[in-house]
Amino acid sequence: MIHYLVRRLAQSVLLLFGAITIVFLVLRVIPGDPAALILGSQATQADLAAKRAELGLGDPLLLQYVRHLGDVVRLDFGDSWRLGGDAFAAVIDRLPATITLAGFALGFTLALGFPLGVYAARHKGKLADRAVSYFSLTGQALPAFWVGIMLVLIFSRTLNLLPATADGSAVALVLPAFTLALPFLGWLARLVRNGTLEELGRDYVRTARAKGLSERVVFNIHVLRNTLTPVVTVLGLILGHFIADAVIIEQVFAWPGIGSLMIESIQNRDYAVAEAAIILIAVFYIGLNLLVDLLYFALDPRVTLETV
Amino acid sequence: MTPVTSKPSVLRRFGVGPVVAATVLVLFVLIAVFGPMLLPYDSVTTRVGDRLLPPFSTASDGTFALLGTDQNGRDVLRQVIAGSRVSLLVGITVVVVGGLIGLVLGLVAGYYGRWLDAVISRIGDMQLAFPSILLAILLAGALGPSLTNVIVALAVTRWVIFARVVRGSVLTTRGREFVESAKVMGAGDLRILLRYILPSCMQPLLVAATVQVGLTMVAEAALSFLGLGVPLDQASWGSTIANGRDYLANAWWIAAVPGLALTLVVICIGLLGDRAGDESDPAREVVAR
Amino acid sequence: MSDGALLEVSELAVAFGDLRAVRGVSLTVEKGQTLAIVGESGSGKSITSLAVMGLLPAQAKVVGGGITLDGVSLLDLAPDELRRLRGEELAMIFQDPLSALNPSLTVGYQIAEMFRRRRGASRAAANERAVEAMAEVGIPDAAGRARSYPHEFSGGMRQRIMIAMALALEPRLLIADEPTTALDVTVQAQILRLLRERQRAGLAMIIISHDLGVVARTAQSVIVMYAGQAVESGTVAEVYDAPAHPYTLGLMAASPSARTSRRGIRPIDGNPPDQAALPTGCAFHPRCPFARERCRTETPPLRRLPSGRASACHFAEEVLAHDRTAGA
Repeated sequence: MIHYLVRRLAQSVLLLFGAITIVFLVLRVIPGDPAALILGSQATQADLAAKRAELGLGDPLLLQYVRHLGDVVRLDFGDSWRLGGDAFAAVIDRLPATITLAGFALGFTLALGFPLGVYAARHKGKLADRAVSYFSLTGQALPAFWVGIMLVLIFSRTLNLLPATADGSAVALVLPAFTLALPFLGWLARLVRNGTLEELGRDYVRTARAKGLSERVVFNIHVLRNTLTPVVTVLGLILGHFIADAVIIEQVFAWPGIGSLMIESIQNRDYAVAEAAIILIAVFYIGLNLLVDLLYFALDPRVTLETV
Repeated sequence: MTPVTSKPSVLRRFGVGPVVAATVLVLFVLIAVFGPMLLPYDSVTTRVGDRLLPPFSTASDGTFALLGTDQNGRDVLRQVIAGSRVSLLVGITVVVVGGLIGLVLGLVAGYYGRWLDAVISRIGDMQLAFPSILLAILLAGALGPSLTNVIVALAVTRWVIFARVVRGSVLTTRGREFVESAKVMGAGDLRILLRYILPSCMQPLLVAATVQVGLTMVAEAALSFLGLGVPLDQASWGSTIANGRDYLANAWWIAAVPGLALTLVVICIGLLGDRAGDESDPAREVVAR
Repeated sequence: MSDGALLEVSELAVAFGDLRAVRGVSLTVEKGQTLAIVGESGSGKSITSLAVMGLLPAQAKVVGGGITLDGVSLLDLAPDELRRLRGEELAMIFQDPLSALNPSLTVGYQIAEMFRRRRGASRAAANERAVEAMAEVGIPDAAGRARSYPHEFSGGMRQRIMIAMALALEPRLLIADEPTTALDVTVQAQILRLLRERQRAGLAMIIISHDLGVVARTAQSVIVMYAGQAVESGTVAEVYDAPAHPYTLGLMAASPSARTSRRGIRPIDGNPPDQAALPTGCAFHPRCPFARERCRTETPPLRRLPSGRASACHFAEEVLAHDRTAGA
């Protein structure tokens, strides 16, 4: 068990290291002056020269890379020329907004996707079931940023029900969280539907009926218990996607999270902040994947760590 | 791709959905290729008098604005037609470039195995360690807005998916009897790869490619929406949507129309891809995003 | 010696769409007695028992005949009334206890559930009863093991748990569908011993098996099924001693655990028939060494032979006579 944990942890660290490397390569190897990239277009010649020296751009690439790794490990991404002050601190400042948004989106996904999937399973082959299938198929392909804009058009501009942008109120969460949740809602519903149907066909369901249990108990206790395990583990994956997708959706709703900060930084060539943001998102993404694996073992009594 | 002539038998085999989807896609390709010649889009000229005309209006020069005009008096229909060309071009080119890179690396990784496989697979893992759209945003932002850069940014983030698909089918084919006997007969690696292994990779590769064309089109629109995609003088569906967002209250059509077009095309691709991939496994779909 | 019939199935027919899986089967289980149903897979023996339980798969339907338990027609009961009989009057155990138990609930919970949901017992009382039930079927450290999950037990222990669960509410009839098939030989013997103890305590059983040795050790009477029909019935002693149907004869020859080996009869050639395309006349005739022209055209009814047994063969007397000479 310890062995597995260590191996899985080492794997995650390696992935993170890979992510840092890729970001480094993108920012340093692409054509252009990294000093100019880092300092932005407003920098003077003297600033640029100083920055080049500071970055050690004359040094071999490998040396620069090792030095950069050291900086990242110490969470030193440099200063933001746009915001002034530490880039990492600026990102951390925006973290709560993104977490709140992703959390609410997860709530929407569960609260709507799970019942929808169960409903589709209980009405297999009927109109509702096929509707869920189509919804799941199309939901994932939809350009979410456009759907968000259309929701603003309908619920804010036309019906005047919900605020279109973050105004500090809790209802301002509804539209962005729902937009974020939409592609995964149908996906989760289909997962729940397929899982439920699979479980309904298993022998233990027949046993439960042979025991004279009511259909309600057979379904709510025996079947759902087994459907739930894969769902709980997949929630971590969905949360990871939310944090990634939030990059675009936050921009649509002017939501003050990491995502919009990252886009603003890239648009303004403030790469210290952009790098800090993207690495933090990668940490979340990798960490959630790790969590999903561990949860899987914790939840399913059949899987013991010895069998891995 | 011309199902209309043999309609009855095709309908019976596949149902109405895929036939409609294929028809829509053929129309989309025709519009993207020939549309800009018939209704060219001029991004420079602005006509203040024709600002924000609703659909079905007549502009000051007597032309009919079927889908209205934007805040500079430019025809939305022409913008959407110009955008369809960008969308198709990016979708196809990225999938061809990314697909070829993925095909070669997947073949090499799957066939030779050992350290080559280890290196290629680990690079793929690392790249998938963070969401591909993030890497595309970073790359496109660093490279600056241009059609080529968008294609590069997206192709770089998509090759992994193709490489994984190809590697998977190589691994299952490699151990097959006909490959072993070809080796015994003294066939060279290249010959075995091209004659025996490549054909078995094509079907899964094409299914992945179909799905990826749709996803790439959405990604391009997202990049352009963020101002990191094609430059402003080339209309993209994404940039038209971004533009329309500022005029939602009084000119909904600017943002609505290109998004509808994108949605329609992507759903049609999804319908055909789903058919080709048969019962797709939802657990795999999220990974493929 | 019998106190009358507990379960009577008459002319039962079950169909999956156009397919007739069970075609007019009749059987009687006397109170406190055990009936065995023998046949190859696909002969309709499991479907017959699921029909009795009211647990047929959704695609299957009873299309004819009757089932009565103690004079009550089960087919006329509302679904909820039939459900209440399950567990209380009728119980069933299955071939593979691992897949038959819920993998994500503890075995203690799954047994206690019977007392909680069916008898309204409190959680604590139900748990206590569950531990007692586990101890009764010979599970060591029952109190500790109640908190374990099914995968943490051996196959034999799992089947004991299934039995404890099925018998928790003291039903009058237990249907055991291949209860020992998935187990190894020594464990098989233990489970059979456990079932025999319950028989002595007055439990009536239907035991479904293709293993004639298991049948010999547990049942008083037997029904042999082929292609959805009963082809022979009688007491175990009579049928084993001298089969009156060629199919039974073939089964005996094929079975390594049948009591006597018989010369002159080879195990049955060929495969069970396709339910969708049954042969004309007697369904067994393409595989039957006794088959004549009449078997191809005329379906033999299940007819009474002397001493109360029955056979669905035109030439039952000939089969009986052949058997005596060959077995001598």
